[in-house]
Amino acid sequence: MEKQNFFVRLIKQREVSILIVFVALVIVTTMVQPTFFFSSDGWRALLLDPAIYVVLAIGEAVVIITKSVDLSVGSTMGLCAWAVGTAYLNWHDMPPALAFALGIGFGAFLGFVNGALVGIAKVPGMVITLGTMYIFRGIDILWAGSARINPKDFGDDFKNLGNSRLIPDWIIVGDVKMGSLPTLTLIAVIVLVIAAWYMRNIRTGRALYAIGSAPQAAELYGLPYRKLSFLAFVICGATAGMAGTMFAARYATIISTAGNGYEMQAIGAAVIGGVAIVGGSGTILGAAVGALLLTTINAALPILGLPSLWQKAVVGALIIGAIVLDRVLASRNERRLVAERMAS
Amino acid sequence: MSQAPTLQLRDVSKHFGQVTALASGSIELYPGSIHALIGENGAGKSTLVKIIAGLYHRDSGEFLFEGKPVDFKSTAESKAAGIAVIYQEPTLFPDLSVTENVFMGRQPVNRFFRINRSAMRAEVVQLMERLGVGLDPDRPTRGLSIADQQIIEIAKAISLDAKVLIMDEPTAALSGVEVERLFAVARQLRDEGRALMFISHRFNEVFSLCDTVTVMRDGNYVSTVAIKDTNEHQLVTQMVGREVTSLFPKLDTEVGETVLEVHGLNSPGVFADIDLHVDAGEIVGLSGLVGAGRSEVARAIFGVDPYTDGQVQLLGKPLPARNPAAAMAAGIGFVPEDRRQQGLVMQNPIATNITDAIRGSLVKRGVITHKAENAAAQIWAHNLEVKTASLDAKAETLSGGNQQKVVLAKWLASNPKLLIIDEPTRGIDVGTKSEVHRRMSQLAKEGMAILMISSELPEVLGMADRVYVMHEGRITAELSRDEATPESVMYAATHSSVPAPAAVEIEVTETIVETGK
Repeated sequence: MEKQNFFVRLIKQREVSILIVFVALVIVTTMVQPTFFFSSDGWRALLLDPAIYVVLAIGEAVVIITKSVDLSVGSTMGLCAWAVGTAYLNWHDMPPALAFALGIGFGAFLGFVNGALVGIAKVPGMVITLGTMYIFRGIDILWAGSARINPKDFGDDFKNLGNSRLIPDWIIVGDVKMGSLPTLTLIAVIVLVIAAWYMRNIRTGRALYAIGSAPQAAELYGLPYRKLSFLAFVICGATAGMAGTMFAARYATIISTAGNGYEMQAIGAAVIGGVAIVGGSGTILGAAVGALLLTTINAALPILGLPSLWQKAVVGALIIGAIVLDRVLASRNERRLVAERMAS
Repeated sequence: MSQAPTLQLRDVSKHFGQVTALASGSIELYPGSIHALIGENGAGKSTLVKIIAGLYHRDSGEFLFEGKPVDFKSTAESKAAGIAVIYQEPTLFPDLSVTENVFMGRQPVNRFFRINRSAMRAEVVQLMERLGVGLDPDRPTRGLSIADQQIIEIAKAISLDAKVLIMDEPTAALSGVEVERLFAVARQLRDEGRALMFISHRFNEVFSLCDTVTVMRDGNYVSTVAIKDTNEHQLVTQMVGREVTSLFPKLDTEVGETVLEVHGLNSPGVFADIDLHVDAGEIVGLSGLVGAGRSEVARAIFGVDPYTDGQVQLLGKPLPARNPAAAMAAGIGFVPEDRRQQGLVMQNPIATNITDAIRGSLVKRGVITHKAENAAAQIWAHNLEVKTASLDAKAETLSGGNQQKVVLAKWLASNPKLLIIDEPTRGIDVGTKSEVHRRMSQLAKEGMAILMISSELPEVLGMADRVYVMHEGRITAELSRDEATPESVMYAATHSSVPAPAAVEIEVTETIVETGK
């Protein structure tokens, strides 16, 4: 009985159910095209492609948990990627660590701007970041013009980082080689572990949940509401900056529209992963798993023979489905909690 | 009480713009004592509490905590000093667990600032045991009853080792058993030497729990006495403290035909068997405690809320249920309780707000001109003496009293047969208040039927020709102007059946005059 309960509970966890969908998707797609999973490149793409989205979704999730949203992450990411690229134009052999420090720092600064505007203007984050989404992009276009930063402009260490594998293929069955661990994937996992640990185990992390759960109560309670909301935007900016740096390393080609539309992917990933858009609930792991699923769906649908016209619609349906599911679960949960109370 | 007071407020005031929320508040809380604070709605009790909590900052006066002057700038500061407040509104985070709610912001941590979940949980288990409640520490607080939410608030206060615990109307939504449980805990805390303050409008609770009582009226301190040296009658007199009727001039009127008739209106769980009528030229009061179902009845009559059976008739013609447009067309005007949310479009100009209900009649060749709108609005703004520089100013720029006049103007412009007013003078300064009363009285004299819901007992007694009193969704008394006294209305408001035997202790409750928001 106890054991069964444990499994039932496990499956009911949003992270686990999304992961199950992910595994099912991979299995089905692999059945159609075995190299999707059973090949060096297929395996690598499966792990590497979501890395940037995962990092982006983590920061976005932090902001959504505080009952706000950051629409500017795509622009922040593009601007930071351009900044890192420009730095390489001037210092060809800049160490990758410094490039990351630059990207994260610049992203955090842009998040700081968002947080400050939200705090000062006392306008919902959605409106402010809608504005900064255009402003950051505008600065990017002004700065970059029609120029392009090419792979030759980047240092070799940095470019290699974007495509290298920390562990080479170690599963070798006949012709099939797989099992590598791309470096960017490891970076994303590290960010995930740190962020998840922070949001779960540190006071301010829990306070971010609290202000998203009931802002008025947080004020009466004496939680520093504005500081916390500010913190969430800075975290989100920093992860977006990091994602921009990862983007630069991975593709080594940057133009002024880099990162365009990524904000919607980030929000979609968080929502699919169970981060409630009304704030206060959801986990970082959920957002990361959501990003994993979203990226993989985009890769799998063409293989499954779905016309590319329909791919966006599927993603959209998934997002709406996730939100409807959240509503249904939330109202069911609320009824159950009330019923439990009545029974006791 | 030879000890020094834990907390002292002397002559503290607080203003919001031109409105004085607290003129002069004073109170002293002693360790090992439960101190009651009572007063009418608007007496300044909640403001006083919020000043102690650090939510508001006082404009003047002294604030001493443990003998030293303090100046709390946030609730975090007062909490750190050892003051815990249980507000009327719950301050829990519904998505987080009971345990997290108790410890939010000051969770026990071990190495690397990591929250020590097991230690935290163990302490909550202990607290719940001590409080004698079986609350699951891991469940989210969403869906908990008010009583359980308060227990969590108290658990917070204990774990904080608060020296002062303030409870702002904690029993308003509790059942008898839950009240007993709360009181047992309160006495326990008192015996541990903490200072407690208890705001309530239920005299029997004040007398059974507290040892000292402070009365406030109109933002001023009135008196502090030991409970054993006073009685209900004395406290009521101090609370009201004025000749009730003189303030509210109701003109005598000729009562005409029946305008509104309500028969057997039912809405399960909200109200039941509502029978009432309002005649032309009459002001009828609808009184009762908060949650008695008064506003719900009014909303059902106007067609906003549903009802399962029963009938509403206006001038002998039945009105369809759930159809406010039909109610308006038939001649009902409805001034809701919450004018900011429901009565006005705050961002719109005053003129637009006034002409809201008569839009249709202003249309000429398919358009409404600015000129036609302002001309129509001008008449009523003038009639009601709305104080504004321009009719083009936004409604939100007006004071509360003037906003209420605009809502009134909006409905009067449509020339209704029946006007339903929910809390006509809430949050309005005294001067404008009597103006609104004078206007209502005038309207009744001109033959309008008025149904007035009011939580302010003096207003009901002063203005109404007849009073219906509701208790838990039912009308428990219909009182004529002569029969309606504070005692008779409050008795009917707190008992399911009338009449009041002389020997029964009358529960004069301040809820009549208080809803908290």
